[in-house]
Amino acid sequence: MKLPGRFLMTLLLYVLRRLAYMAPVLLGVTVLAFLISHAIPGDPAQLIAGPKASRETVENIRRTHGLDQPLPAQYWRFLHGLSQGDLGVSIRSHRPVLEDIRDYLPATLELTLASLLLCLGLGIPLGILAAVKRNTVVDHLTRVFSVIGVSTPVFWLGLMLLLVFYRHLGWLPGSGRLDVTMAAPLRITGMYTVDALLAGDWQALRNAASHLLLPAFCLSYVYLAIITRIVRSSMIAVLGQDYIVTARANGLSEARVVLKHAFKNSLIPTVTIVGLSFGELMGGAILTETIFSWPGMGKYVVDSVNYLDFPAIMGFTLMVSLAYVCVNLAVDVLYAAINPTIRY
Amino acid sequence: MLTLRILSRNPSAAAGGGILAVMVCMALLAGVLAPYEPVEINLSERLQGPGADHWFGTDEMGRDIFSRIMYGARISLRIGFFVVAIAGGLGALIGATAGYLGGWVDNLMMRVMDVIISFPSLVLAMALAAAMGPSLNNAILAVAFVMIPKFARMVRGEALAVREMPFVLASRVAGAGHAWIILRHILPNCLNSVIVLATLTLGDAILIAASLSFIGLGAQPPMPEWGAMISVGRKFLMDQWWYATFPGLFILFTVVGFNILGDALRDVLDPRIRR
Repeated sequence: MKLPGRFLMTLLLYVLRRLAYMAPVLLGVTVLAFLISHAIPGDPAQLIAGPKASRETVENIRRTHGLDQPLPAQYWRFLHGLSQGDLGVSIRSHRPVLEDIRDYLPATLELTLASLLLCLGLGIPLGILAAVKRNTVVDHLTRVFSVIGVSTPVFWLGLMLLLVFYRHLGWLPGSGRLDVTMAAPLRITGMYTVDALLAGDWQALRNAASHLLLPAFCLSYVYLAIITRIVRSSMIAVLGQDYIVTARANGLSEARVVLKHAFKNSLIPTVTIVGLSFGELMGGAILTETIFSWPGMGKYVVDSVNYLDFPAIMGFTLMVSLAYVCVNLAVDVLYAAINPTIRY
Repeated sequence: MLTLRILSRNPSAAAGGGILAVMVCMALLAGVLAPYEPVEINLSERLQGPGADHWFGTDEMGRDIFSRIMYGARISLRIGFFVVAIAGGLGALIGATAGYLGGWVDNLMMRVMDVIISFPSLVLAMALAAAMGPSLNNAILAVAFVMIPKFARMVRGEALAVREMPFVLASRVAGAGHAWIILRHILPNCLNSVIVLATLTLGDAILIAASLSFIGLGAQPPMPEWGAMISVGRKFLMDQWWYATFPGLFILFTVVGFNILGDALRDVLDPRIRR
């Protein structure tokens, strides 16, 4: 038997190895982000100074921002700033981009976490159902559902949801995180539903949750389709194995066989997909937040696009990508922790 | 030929192919079949609901939405085709070179691909399109760039196997250069997988490009591009539901078509996962 200490040691070594592999990729991410922000049309100094600035002001900005230095020196400066959390100053809000992002992050986090919960809460049972009822009407229906899921434009789905549930049925609110007449709950996490829950403010909780439902469903739909397919195929693979036959032969109930013996082992591919879908969820959040006027990072970046606010766009891009790489590292570690036979 | 015969017996391939055939016909025959010009302004008929004169209604300039959707099929299919041609071509070349040469070239190229894949695709495409300036061509380039690693990684995997084949060794012994072997032996042997991936990627490419147009970074109005039409139609959503609804349905149909055809092609062409 492996001692827990030794197990932790191997896990730690594995994490360190992964980190060493990740370092060049992370550095590459910063290089690419730096190159893109230098490919922008026009003069960045002019862009920061604004259209009416005098030539002297522009020259001054060029010097103070180091824009007159050679490219490698500028990159070094950029990297140095980055290591201190400096993502530049937004042209639109005149505030450090990191501060802007910090303000908008909780709304996006609330939306993506709610979507993830919906994805797993609906996708896993649907996938299991499709696998157990393989090649029946139920299975075919989930297949149609998932093909449509991966083919639907998120922004269009959002509009259609608004049309049906807000305009015609009037069941759910159409935009924002709370009714305008309602005060935001005391800020603890910045996620309104969580804060309202912690404060025991049920009215705010109900209101925030009703605002969250449509955007969260819209964002989750695509990944719901993917997770359903993944759970289905890994369940089918597991259900065909000998130990399942043995379990059945021993007279265990079908529910016990499926839920206890088969499902546990089909979880691993699902965990991987959750990590990978983080990036897609962030992409989807850009569109969903725009449709539902959800004041998160996605809406912030689209507003920045319309304003050609490059520091904000690149700050967002960089932060999301760094988070994406870290989430996938975390998933890999989790993966190794769940299944001790996995060692790369 | 065998592929075609197997495909014709596969009902989902037939469905996907059917949908795409309709889209291609729409695109090719838009000039003949569309009842109105796509940019023809007729203010006296603005924002009319679907009816006998205008099947899908009209927009805020009185333009016929059905005609615009027909012309829009040209744009969407062109976007998909160019993205896949650029990403597939460059990706296959990078993958074949990396897989065949191995060593530091392989390492360097694949680490660069890892970096591109570290960005969520829509996020990177958005940043690139914003940096290059909002236009349809720039959106195509941005989406293609994001898709390169998909092809490169897959072809590299295939190239690793192909380079060990006896005919490659024979070619090398006969004095063929690296470029010749990559172009004449490695790439043609990866073609099947590239076709499958290209079909599956076409749908994604159309979706991402439409998303870029929706946030104002792709095709610009009054171009009858589906994503851009939805972007404007959004302002009229509450009272003129048809404006944003129909272009979205056509994006959905087209992408469904590519996805089910791609899945069927994969079953037929990719022997490793043939069921």
